Amino acid sequence: MKKEKTLLQEFVKGIDEINPVMKQALGLCPTLAVTVSAINGIAMALATTFVLMFSSLMISIIRKLIPSQVRIASYIVIIATFVTIADLVMKAKFPAMSKALGPFVPLIVVNCLILGRAEAFASKNNPLKALFDALGNGAGFLIVLFIMGSIRELFGSRTILGFHILPHSFEPMLIMILPAGAFITLGLLMGFKNAYTERVKRKEREDIVKNYRAVSKLESTNQGL
Amino acid sequence: METITTNPSYKLELSSSPHIHSRWSTKHAMWFVVSALLPSVISAVIFFGIYQLIVIGVSVLFSIITEAAIKKIRKKEITVTDGSAVITGLLLGLVLPPNFSLSATALGAIFSIAVGKEIFGGLGYNIFNPALVGRAFLQAAYPVSMTTWKNPNYAVDTVTSATPLSAFKFDKIFTQTENLFLGNVSGSIGETSAIAILIGGIFLVAIGIVNYRIPLSIILGVVIFGGIFWIIDPYKYPSPLFQLLAGGFLFGTFFMATDWVTSPITSKGMWIYGFCISLIIIMIRLFGGLPEGVMYAILIMNSVVPLINRYTRSRIFGERR
Repeated sequence: MKKEKTLLQEFVKGIDEINPVMKQALGLCPTLAVTVSAINGIAMALATTFVLMFSSLMISIIRKLIPSQVRIASYIVIIATFVTIADLVMKAKFPAMSKALGPFVPLIVVNCLILGRAEAFASKNNPLKALFDALGNGAGFLIVLFIMGSIRELFGSRTILGFHILPHSFEPMLIMILPAGAFITLGLLMGFKNAYTERVKRKEREDIVKNYRAVSKLESTNQGL
Repeated sequence: METITTNPSYKLELSSSPHIHSRWSTKHAMWFVVSALLPSVISAVIFFGIYQLIVIGVSVLFSIITEAAIKKIRKKEITVTDGSAVITGLLLGLVLPPNFSLSATALGAIFSIAVGKEIFGGLGYNIFNPALVGRAFLQAAYPVSMTTWKNPNYAVDTVTSATPLSAFKFDKIFTQTENLFLGNVSGSIGETSAIAILIGGIFLVAIGIVNYRIPLSIILGVVIFGGIFWIIDPYKYPSPLFQLLAGGFLFGTFFMATDWVTSPITSKGMWIYGFCISLIIIMIRLFGGLPEGVMYAILIMNSVVPLINRYTRSRIFGERR
């Protein structure tokens, strides 16, 4: 039997352990498409988090009422409702941002991250847990999109969030604004993340081995005495 | 492979396969390739000035530094002396346009080695030719400066002009064949002089470092496919001779497509690889939006080399299909 996770753990796991982009490889389409600048990435992630939160909560609440044969259709209807809200609010309040993100806000409906979390988590757990899971995944998504957006904006247009960072002598690299730059950035980020995780794991294992040896040595000397 | 013969009185030699050794190691072959590239370096200096030597130098230097740094970080043996990083640097430097900025050159060299080669695990594991990866990156990152062609030193009046291929593609201007042959045309610094490349390339084929099948099949392919179009309409499509001498064709054929790591290992596979490269080159040159397609043709075919190797594997005697 697996140990029950606390709410905080449900939240944290979305950022690191099962980070939607880095580990589950979900929601790659907006990750690659809208991260031309950091602010676009943040806006996209916030819109996605909003939809993710409310749809997870809703699905979790009515999870026992949905017949399993038509569950996907039901999820999509719920998700589409919140996406419509997000889209209309953005159009009314932040028209410039809405224009910059283009069709990617309505496309949150088919973002596999949201459907993935609904299917894998919200439909099996209580509303409070589903809410924290959604928040954690949203936070993980936000962090990755912000990092991607910052890197691409830094090399593609010398700024981060509109602030000039690199000097004018630096010629902006067009590739970082193009899709190719998004793929390269994401690939390198995933690679570094995996390398780091591996290293941490290896260190833990080595520590265990070291401690074990120390203990066994101690025991053998005791026996000798 | 080392044989265990520490004590000469031992009669029995122990070693793992391969048991037949060549006199040459990777190191020797790499330095032969470097020397085969020297004529192109000289032609670059003659036609585009001494500054190009600095560009090539920066490219080589940063390739070596990047390789050593990554090996150091990964705690692997530092294998810079095998010359593969030098070759990547040289190749990258030679396919850049004249008077290219030094910082961008350094960036391209770092990208070539880091992303083109070391990310896959180093020499022998890379899928794509590292120098071409670097050039493709620079092409996408700085499209304007990568297509600003300074005139060679012995050309008339203008400061910049179109390369023979883009002159043909966009303005229907033919370039004189002898200029193409000597290299007195605008283009990437190492690729313009056909004669310099042929000296190095034929040297490599003659001493057996480059398998003749790859350059031969690419050249034959271009002659055949280019010839078909030329026969159909000689005014609209260029002659096969122009296709052979213009642009980066010869340089790519002899030095890029024949990279040991990224080309097929079977004879049949080499023919397939070469013909496909030439077909893609002709398609891009005649019908694509770009004037030159050698780089992309080689990169595309590099990506299918494992597949070619698998399907052209020789059958074990008696094996059923």
